[in-house]
Amino acid sequence: MKKKFLSLLLAMVMVLSLAACGGDTEETPAESGETPAEEGSEAPAEGTAFLLGGTGPLTGGAAIYGNAAYRGAQIAVDEINAMGGVQFDLRYEDDQHDAEKAVNAYNVLKDWGMQLSLGSVTSKPCEATAAETYADRIFALTPSASSTATTEGKDNMFQMCFMDPNQGSASATYISEKGLGTKVAIIWKNDDVYSKGIHDTFVAEAAELNLAIVSDTTFADGNDTDFSVQLADAQANDADLVFLPMYYQPASLILSQANSMGYNPKWFGVDGMDGILTMEGFDPALAEGVMLLTPFNADATDDKTVAFVTEYQDRYGETPNQFAADAYDCVYAYKQALEAAGATPDMTAEELCDLMIQQFTSMTFDGLTGEGMTWDATGAVSKSPKGMVIENGAYVGLD
Amino acid sequence: MTFLNFLISGISLGSIYAIIALGYTMVYGIAKMLNFAHGDVIMVGAYICFYAVSRYSMPPLVGVLLAMLVCTVLGIVVERLAYKPLRAAPSLAVLITAIGVSYFLQNAALLLWSSNPKVFPNAFVLKSVDAEGNEVVKNGVELFAGQLKISYVTLATILICIIIMLALTWFTSKTKMGKAMRACSEDKGAAQLMGINVNATISMTFAIGSGLAAVAGVLLCSAYPTLVPTTGSMPGIKAFTAAVFGGIGSIPGALLGGLLLGVIEIFAKAYISTQLSDAIVFAVLIVVLLVKPAGLLGKQIREKV
Repeated sequence: MKKKFLSLLLAMVMVLSLAACGGDTEETPAESGETPAEEGSEAPAEGTAFLLGGTGPLTGGAAIYGNAAYRGAQIAVDEINAMGGVQFDLRYEDDQHDAEKAVNAYNVLKDWGMQLSLGSVTSKPCEATAAETYADRIFALTPSASSTATTEGKDNMFQMCFMDPNQGSASATYISEKGLGTKVAIIWKNDDVYSKGIHDTFVAEAAELNLAIVSDTTFADGNDTDFSVQLADAQANDADLVFLPMYYQPASLILSQANSMGYNPKWFGVDGMDGILTMEGFDPALAEGVMLLTPFNADATDDKTVAFVTEYQDRYGETPNQFAADAYDCVYAYKQALEAAGATPDMTAEELCDLMIQQFTSMTFDGLTGEGMTWDATGAVSKSPKGMVIENGAYVGLD
Repeated sequence: MTFLNFLISGISLGSIYAIIALGYTMVYGIAKMLNFAHGDVIMVGAYICFYAVSRYSMPPLVGVLLAMLVCTVLGIVVERLAYKPLRAAPSLAVLITAIGVSYFLQNAALLLWSSNPKVFPNAFVLKSVDAEGNEVVKNGVELFAGQLKISYVTLATILICIIIMLALTWFTSKTKMGKAMRACSEDKGAAQLMGINVNATISMTFAIGSGLAAVAGVLLCSAYPTLVPTTGSMPGIKAFTAAVFGGIGSIPGALLGGLLLGVIEIFAKAYISTQLSDAIVFAVLIVVLLVKPAGLLGKQIREKV
């Protein structure tokens, strides 16, 4: 009998571990029938294209960002490959918004022979992969990992998005300039570098601008369902604007709980708020009037944006968010830099790394997310954010 | 008045913990095993109800019943496949298996329903038409001229909690099946000698526990409407803490532990620090367990050496 039990136990363990593996390596959520990977078939033959790799949360709670970035980059790669000239071969690996998994995913890409990296999509994993790309001398340009630690002390790590401190100070300046509120409450997530980074600089900038912060409360993983205390604190202190430097998932809970409390301040979010309208079953009326700073406006009427949005909608049936646009810009920035440097796909990652550092610190780039972008030696980009507001379930420019 | 508001928030959070803790404590009390997959059965229940109500527009009550049915079957299947073969194995092996089942359910949900968060519809609202013919949606009662608000979800959760607690106490002490369960929990071997079908009794326990998990899932997601494959895991762990706090194995203890944990958590946030609230909750737990190692209402059983 004992043997039977043992064999059953072993069988169970094997089934479970297989199932766990299945979940880990699954690259796209079950729902999206059409995956970018399927379109990779047009990729040029090996040796003639630059191997471009990146990691991002393609599954898990932050999957909306990873998939958006992957899809945006894929559209750019397909367009560039169709033009002739510089060719790319794009590969994305899943990191589930987890630093450890991101390093594993990065190692897979390194074994594949990645020459240029798109870093990671979210901050925490990108801090981990940035240390690896720095040690391996592979140039990396992240579409959206915005924490300062991502680029700090690494000469070959660049960002396409604003850095968190810039988001925080830009938000404070914007609120003060437009007179959106005088008494501000902040609710932030204290175990998340992204949220903390924005919070800290927002508070510092607000102090200089004489913007009163009347309530400053936090939450953390495992404690992110009930916000009644934080909201009651903001309400008791008469805050007329609540700043939410966080991702959209907790933000949606905050909005619905404030609504049931009958608390109705102005809401101001950051780029992590992008995506709230795509949640299944979310009542867009709750997000009415929510403002956010984002560098990309899918409703813009310039040719580049219209072409990109149309292509994205045709392929994936949804409106691209800022992450898709950032990743799209990353690929085009690479194209411009590679052409200017006269780089060829047979160069090693290390040679390309030196050329790219030279190019990125000296070039000016026009993309979907800004005109005349430049980078400084730390890897931070300079571009100006656009204020957006949600009206009738869609983003509208504030200016 | 703010104090009372915080108290109500605490009770509303605590009642959710309590209803999950009831399932934990029930299974532990009878099968003497910690079913760490309980939180994930909750998540499955919530998804079933979500799809029934949102996608197939069934009435909420049908959705809940369907979720209970699916979860009951799931509970029996999991017990049969994963736990029954380990009946004679050391309890540590069963514990690890339960953690494995928990991961299995989470990842299966990830594959089946994707990671994109869903917003759970709140069925606990009263719709009425006001004088101007506009539809008014009320989601709670207001007392003292609107200064105090209690949502219908909270009221429903507390009521359902108490009903379940009374029903379970009656069931385990009065019915034949319940007596069989208690016999199994005291001594499996002796129970079998007395003609009790131990396997069927334990399966029944899991069936009831998982059915309760479905109800808990629907209530959890009605109160806090974001639904993702990991929705059940953290409340599951908190509820396990609540069950230990109240005395694991004791049915009234689960209710008391859950409510206290919720109230302490909210008060710690409101009056001490939002940053340290979880640390304070667990510090209180440690102190209680130092003074009363069996939990608040747990029975102290002397070990014979």
